[in-house]
Amino acid sequence: MSHFLTPIFAPGFFDSEAVRIAIGVGALVAVVTGVVGVFTVLRGQSFAGEALGDIGTTGGSGAFLLGVGPLWGFVAINVVAAAAMELIGIQRPRGRDLATGIVLGAGIGLAALFLYLDTTYNNTTGAAVTILFGSVFAISSSTVPLIAGLSLLVLALMLTLYRPLLLSSVSAEMAAARGIPVRLIGACYLLALALATALAAITIGTILSTALLVGPAASALRLTKRPLAAMLTAVGIGVAVMWAGIVLAYDSYDWPPAGHGWPVSFFVVTLVFVLYLLSGLGELRNRRRSTATPDTPEMPPAPVSLMVSGVES
Amino acid sequence: MSDAGTSVSENILEVQEVDVRLSARKILDGVSFKIAPGEFTGLIGSNGAGKTTLFRVILGLQAPSAGSVYFGGPGERSIGYVPQKFLLDPDLPMRARDLVGLGLDAHRLGVPRPSRTRSARVEEMLDAVDARGFADTRVGRLSGGEQQRILIAHALIGRPRLLLLDEPLANLDLRSAHEVVALLARITREQGIAVLISAHEINPLLGVMDRIVYLAGGRAASGSTEEVVRADVLSELYGHHVDVLNVHGRVLIVAGAGEDSDLTGHEVAFPQVGVVS
Repeated sequence: MSHFLTPIFAPGFFDSEAVRIAIGVGALVAVVTGVVGVFTVLRGQSFAGEALGDIGTTGGSGAFLLGVGPLWGFVAINVVAAAAMELIGIQRPRGRDLATGIVLGAGIGLAALFLYLDTTYNNTTGAAVTILFGSVFAISSSTVPLIAGLSLLVLALMLTLYRPLLLSSVSAEMAAARGIPVRLIGACYLLALALATALAAITIGTILSTALLVGPAASALRLTKRPLAAMLTAVGIGVAVMWAGIVLAYDSYDWPPAGHGWPVSFFVVTLVFVLYLLSGLGELRNRRRSTATPDTPEMPPAPVSLMVSGVES
Repeated sequence: MSDAGTSVSENILEVQEVDVRLSARKILDGVSFKIAPGEFTGLIGSNGAGKTTLFRVILGLQAPSAGSVYFGGPGERSIGYVPQKFLLDPDLPMRARDLVGLGLDAHRLGVPRPSRTRSARVEEMLDAVDARGFADTRVGRLSGGEQQRILIAHALIGRPRLLLLDEPLANLDLRSAHEVVALLARITREQGIAVLISAHEINPLLGVMDRIVYLAGGRAASGSTEEVVRADVLSELYGHHVDVLNVHGRVLIVAGAGEDSDLTGHEVAFPQVGVVS
């Protein structure tokens, strides 16, 4: 490692297996959340994403009780929760928040119990912190194939559904009129969202997972006006903040209190937030041309007088 | 109009005795009309007359309680659709040309592969709706009239045989409304596409309609403008007396005085009777 980089990459950074796994998994997860997140924002389903993230706590803490890896718990509970939301009626605009809220409440109730049991039986609060805030340095190499498999599954699903999903997200009516099965597409998307949230949870924790899902996507939507470019930008931002977070967390071992690194999630989420603010500045610059003339809001109903709505002959 | 096909006389769409009941309410009551290829039909009626429901039936999104919808002619059902009162999200990361392009292949799986033919067709369609100047602007930041033109391009690029437009003039100022109508009439005549356009205001459509379907209280009268816009026909349709007045070469439809004012009989003016092709 060249010496001038030492201030950034502290000694031993690339030698540690935990770091290498973190870098690889972090990047993969950021790619998935970037691609899925653009549609989460477009479809106005950020609350559903947040709920799926939160409810992952139930699965993660349940998995701890059973002695299984937390990712299994995240995936299982998220898929079940997504199915429940779909059945209750997430597709209806008004039913959506209701369905999400109801499922979320039920799930978090269980999480309270599971986390209590975790701390009681295992006599540690480590489980709670790991699940809620993630621990990307503690991912075992045996979990990596599962993470890779799930990521590829979600990416394949998203790229396959890209066009019908995009039009459904622009207008469900226009999509339905073209014979696109809007409901089915929406359900498939919800599955992708459930899996993406589970993957995000393994890196930065259940309650922060939406930040990775929605933050880079929201910034990307401000910076570009093309759908595919928005996805690529979100992916780029996601990978960048993830890697920067990992490097900073590793470096922070030398910061006070010495010998205890700061959480990766803290850095990732903070960077996401800062980039979102900065993207606002970028957007202002992009707005040069788009001072579109506003429409006359609505024609007043034509009164009896004929001349109000004259016709050019 | 379209003399190229073998099915000149065949109707492209036949709506036969369609009833729609939602809970106890009758939204549509025995609605029948036909559209021939290339014909420009105005679906006129006030808010709540059942226009959108009728569109949903034609699109197959709402099953009729009785009656049937028949698509004639060769090939499959091909309909372009521009939904009602539709304003796109200003933050949508999509240029006007991207939305037009989606009209070509949104039903296909996968990511669109850029090709010369694809972009040539998009370009051609953008020209047809005079949208070259704002093709690269975020579509949600265009004015209502500009968005309307892009939505029309989106609906037309797949070369449908029938174009449905639900109140496309509703949020436009008068000038934009006339522009959109003139544009629609031109493109659809050039390409031999039949149009069914709904409006609560008959005026902007008068010069271009081949046929009118007048909806009131879920019932319909159809025919040429002279056949339908008459005191006896409209009085029958509204179920109370309606006058059709000629004033300075314009015609005005007025709900009869003294009747319990079901003011669906809104006043309508148009320049001359019988501007039908």
